[in-house]
Amino acid sequence: MSKDRLWAVAVLAPSVILIGIFVYYFIGRTVYVSLTDWGNDPAQALALDPIIRWVGLQNYSELFSGFLQGRFRQELVNTLFFTVFFILGCLGLGLGLALILDRNPRGEGLWRTIFLFPMSLSFIVTGTIWRWMLQPQGGVNQAPTLLGAPPSTFAWLSSNDSVLKFDWNTLPLITASVVGVVLLFLAVGAAREGNRVRTLVAAVCAALLIGWAVFVGPNVKLLAAPELHGFNLAMIGIIIAAVWQMSGYTMALYLAGLRGIPEELREAAKVDGARDAQMYRFVIFPLLSPITLSAMIILGHISLKIFDLVYAMAGPDNIAASVPALNMYLTSFRQNQFALGAAIGTILLILVAFVIVPYLANQFRGEEGHP
Amino acid sequence: MTAVPHTAPPRRSLGLGRVLTYLLLIVAALFFLVPIYLVFATALKTPNAIELATAWHWPARLNWASFAEAWDKVGGNMLNSLFLAVTATILSALLGSLNGYALSKWRFRGANTLFALMLFGMFIPYQAVLIPLFQFIKSLGLYGSIWGLILAHVVYGIPITTLIFRNFYADVPDALVEAATIDGAGFWQIYARVIFPISIPGFVVVIIWQFTQVWNEFLFAATLTNTSSQPVTYALSQLAGGQAVSWNLPMAGAILAALPTLLVYIVLGRYFVRGLLAGSVKG
Repeated sequence: MSKDRLWAVAVLAPSVILIGIFVYYFIGRTVYVSLTDWGNDPAQALALDPIIRWVGLQNYSELFSGFLQGRFRQELVNTLFFTVFFILGCLGLGLGLALILDRNPRGEGLWRTIFLFPMSLSFIVTGTIWRWMLQPQGGVNQAPTLLGAPPSTFAWLSSNDSVLKFDWNTLPLITASVVGVVLLFLAVGAAREGNRVRTLVAAVCAALLIGWAVFVGPNVKLLAAPELHGFNLAMIGIIIAAVWQMSGYTMALYLAGLRGIPEELREAAKVDGARDAQMYRFVIFPLLSPITLSAMIILGHISLKIFDLVYAMAGPDNIAASVPALNMYLTSFRQNQFALGAAIGTILLILVAFVIVPYLANQFRGEEGHP
Repeated sequence: MTAVPHTAPPRRSLGLGRVLTYLLLIVAALFFLVPIYLVFATALKTPNAIELATAWHWPARLNWASFAEAWDKVGGNMLNSLFLAVTATILSALLGSLNGYALSKWRFRGANTLFALMLFGMFIPYQAVLIPLFQFIKSLGLYGSIWGLILAHVVYGIPITTLIFRNFYADVPDALVEAATIDGAGFWQIYARVIFPISIPGFVVVIIWQFTQVWNEFLFAATLTNTSSQPVTYALSQLAGGQAVSWNLPMAGAILAALPTLLVYIVLGRYFVRGLLAGSVKG
C-alpha cells in the first residue's frame, strides 16, 4: 500500500473508531442492559455501583405480555398505524404536488418554497404550532364557523376512541398468518422464476406457519384477559402535522425524478398515440417506482423513531397518543428504569433495521469490486 | 340533447387543465400556509385577547411585546443553540470533507463495506444508544455542558457529511488527482491545493444540512443537557408544554426558534434541496 493510501486510512481511522464506539459498541451495551434488571429496583437505579443481575428476556416478555406494560403495546400499534398513514399521506400528497409542478405553472419557485418550508422547521416547532391548531375548541375545530357552520367537536389530541381494534392475544396468530401468506406469495413467485430451492424453502416455511396459525395459534394466550388495541383517533392530528412537515420532501424527490425523465421518452409515447393518462400509467409511474421505494424507506425509518413531534403535540403523559420512542425516553430518564428502556430501544432498532439493512446492502452490493 | 359549445376540444381542455392546476396549487398552498397565519395572528395578540372561539381573527391591535417576552424566556437557549450548531457544523463539515476525500479518491479494498457500516449510524434510532451515550458523556464529565452535546452531534453527523462529500468528490475527475500525483503531490498537498478549493458547493450543502439538523434536534438536547446548556428546542417544548400558559408566548417562541433555519432555507433554498436529496442515499 502506498504512503498516500496509508494516509487515507489514517484520516478515516478516527471516524471509524468513533462510529465503532458510538454506534456498534453502544448498541451492544444497550442490548446487554436490556437483558439485565438495572433500574427495575428503584433503589439500585442511580446507585453509584448498582447491583445488576442478568435476567435474560424477562424485560421483553414483560413488554409484550406483562400486565403493567399495556401502554407499550398500544404504542407499538400506534407506531405501525402512524407509519402506514404517514407514508401514504406523504407519498400521495408529494406525488400530487410534483405532478402539478411538472406542468410548469407560473411562479414554480414560489410554490416549491411554500411546499418545502416546513421541512426546515424542527418537529418541536411544528408540534407547537399544530398543538395550537388542534386545541379542542379552537383552530381547526373553529374553522367551520368562518363559513357560518357550527364548530366541529372532534377531540383531536385527546380522543380515546379507536378503530380497527383487535385483541392483543391474537397477535401471534395474526403475525403467523400474515408472514405465512407473504411466504406463500414468495414461493409462488420463485416457482414462476423456476428457482426450485427457494420455492421449496418458502413453501415449507409458509406451510409450517399457516399450520401453526390454524392448529396451535388459537390456543396461545399472551395475557390472562383480552386487551384491545387499535388505531387511536388521537393519532390523526399528529399524522396530519407530520405529513404537513414531510410531504415537501417527497415532492422534491418526485420532482427531481420527473425532471430526470428524458423528454424524448414522453415524445415517443405521444407519437405512439398514448394519451396523457396512458403515458403516466405506462411510462412515467414505472420510472418513478425506485423513488417511491427510496422515499418509503426514508419516511419509514423517520416514522418508526418519531418522538419529538408526539412529545410537543400530545405531551409526554398522553397514553392514547404515544409512541415507543417517547416511552423509551420517559422510562429511562424519568423513571430511571434503564433495563426496560434499553429493551424498548432495542425493539425500535430491530424495527428500523428491518427497513434499513436490506436497503443499504442492496445499495452497496453492486458497487464493491469496481475500484 | 344539450347543445355543446363548438370550440376546439384540445385547447379548451388545456384551458380547463390550466385552471385546475392553479386551483389545486392554491388549495395546497393554503394547507401549508394557514398554520403560519394562525401562529402570527396568535403571537401578535395580547394574552387576554386570545380566545379559542376567535382564534382565526387577526388582532385588532398588534402586540409585539410577546416577542420580547418570549426572548426573555428562550433567548439564552437560542444563544446556546447558535454556539452548538455553529461549532458542531464546522467540525463535522471538516471531518466529512476529509473522509469523503479519502473514500472517493484513495479507494482501498473494503472501502465500500466500511462506508456502508458507517452509513448505518445515520439511520439507527438514537434510543438504541441513548443510555450508554448518557453514561459515556457523564463519565467524561461533559454532562450538562454544551461540549457533550457537540461531541454527540459531531459523531452522529459523520455518516451524512461523509456521504454528501463522497458523492460530491465522486464527480471530481480522477484525472485531476492523477495529474497532481504525477507532479509529485501527496495526499495532503492534493487535498489542500486541488480538492479543498473546489469544495465550496459541497461545504455549502453540508453546512446547511448539519446546521438545520443540529438546531432542530431534540432527543440529545433533552437527555444530555441541564438548565444552563439547554438548546432552544428543549426550551420551547417547556414553554409550550404548560397548561396555564397563554398561547401568544409559545407562538412567539416558535417563530423565534424557527427563524434561523427558515432564513437559511429561504436564502439558500437551492442547496437545502440538494442536501435533502443527498440524504436519500444515492450510493
